[in-house]
Amino acid sequence: MQWNTLAERLFGAQHGIVADGDLLSGTPTFDGQPLAVIGTTNHAPIGVRLALAQARAVLDTVAQHPGRAILLLIDTQGQQLRRRDELLGINRAMAHLGMAIDLARRHGHRVVGLVYDQALSGGFITSGLIADACYALPEAEIRVMRIPAMARVTKLPEARLTELSQSNPVFAPGVDNYVAMGGVRALWEGDLAAALREALAHTPTDDVRARDGAARGGRQLAAAVAQRVLDAA
Amino acid sequence: MSLSYAESSARERLAHLLDPGSFHEWLPPAERVTSPHLAQLGVPSAFDDGVAVGRATLGGRPIFVAAQEGEFMGGGVGEVHGAKLVGLLRRALRDRPTAVLLLAESGGVRLHEANAGLIAVSEVMRAVLDVRAAGIPVVVLIGGANGCFGGMGIVARCADHVVMSDMGRLAMSGPEVIEASHGVEEYDARDRALVWRTSGGKHRWLTGDCDALVEDDVAAFRAAAIAALGAARPVTPAALEAEHALLAARMAALDHLPDDAPADDATALWQALGVADAARVPELDVAAVQGLRPA
Repeated sequence: MQWNTLAERLFGAQHGIVADGDLLSGTPTFDGQPLAVIGTTNHAPIGVRLALAQARAVLDTVAQHPGRAILLLIDTQGQQLRRRDELLGINRAMAHLGMAIDLARRHGHRVVGLVYDQALSGGFITSGLIADACYALPEAEIRVMRIPAMARVTKLPEARLTELSQSNPVFAPGVDNYVAMGGVRALWEGDLAAALREALAHTPTDDVRARDGAARGGRQLAAAVAQRVLDAA
Repeated sequence: MSLSYAESSARERLAHLLDPGSFHEWLPPAERVTSPHLAQLGVPSAFDDGVAVGRATLGGRPIFVAAQEGEFMGGGVGEVHGAKLVGLLRRALRDRPTAVLLLAESGGVRLHEANAGLIAVSEVMRAVLDVRAAGIPVVVLIGGANGCFGGMGIVARCADHVVMSDMGRLAMSGPEVIEASHGVEEYDARDRALVWRTSGGKHRWLTGDCDALVEDDVAAFRAAAIAALGAARPVTPAALEAEHALLAARMAALDHLPDDAPADDATALWQALGVADAARVPELDVAAVQGLRPA
């Protein structure tokens, strides 16, 4: 879905969200309260510059508007694959963005992520995946890698991976797999404003993804193994 | 006789870095907690899934520790591997050791279980930040031959304190991935000098991306880890503002290079950051580079 269409369905025509290059930001009113929207568009690769721009917006929200809810709108093809970004420490810039979001959570901001188009690997870890919880639209695409590329890197037959992807959600792209594994809390369908209202009211603030993944049958070991470490003699 | 950190296995590092005989492992190989996904793919598994976690003492003080084994799938994080890290961090939150040590050696998400690995890395990030918020320092050591990349490169920079050797590499995408994406002109993965100028320990030290630069020696890592036990750095708005200013200034320095800047951008960046003798950095030994970091 185009971000503008999404914004209108969530907040009406007067949403005030603007795109500055690949960066989305704005402060629409939702149920009478201002809400900070921070995100990216155009399948933006997240490099140092874009990570810092998002971190700036998050830190400003924490400094100037204590407690204001934050909605992260996610559309990224992943991290910027450039030597210059590596030289500049793109991993540190991404960690900084993730820590800014985490700081907002700890300072009482409700932070909800929404994958409205595409979410890949590195760009996703430091946005939706570090929010209180992440949601997705049904038509969104979430993955680390496509199956043909995965077959090349792992040197496993593509047909075998495709076959396994039918039964095991850890291998295959797709929002439904991320829901099954607990990485995405729910899909937003139909009345998107109602879905946002529900998320702002009922998203847990602790990390329940491993438990969700076990309950939904998509990630059967994460919660149990972590618990075994806690219980080990 | 020094013992190379880069050439040691994860378990050799644990044996020689921690107080002798003090490491007590949770879910050791005998319990055979392995990845079911690798088995399903017909890929050999490891009885520890490539990471050892447990408690120990370091310089006489109680710590929790995890060591990733780069020889097994490049230290890649899958469902079980990630869950062992998360379990260790949650246990630290409960039991309050002096510090949590993470001997990181990882290519990031293990692609064979990509989706679970991606979620696991984000769970590790949140767990690291929970531990820090409780005032328990998380110290990351990076000196393995595989480096610390991808999601683990992000996790490393979420820690309180990072120790690297000049052999260590810390980054996001590996040079091979960038070369495959944008060509050899963008990043020549076989140019070892270029790779180390871009992601190696000396570069990370000069820019402040690591807090201590040591020789490739397990004893040197041990000394740096002991020194870091009290390294807790609270994550406050002021601390993140300072971090933001540092990263923004660094980006601006590379954006606005003077006309007489050196041709290679690593050297130019060091010079712009005030490193004396920037051009000679690659040939200098660790002790000399330690003295070059701008105040």
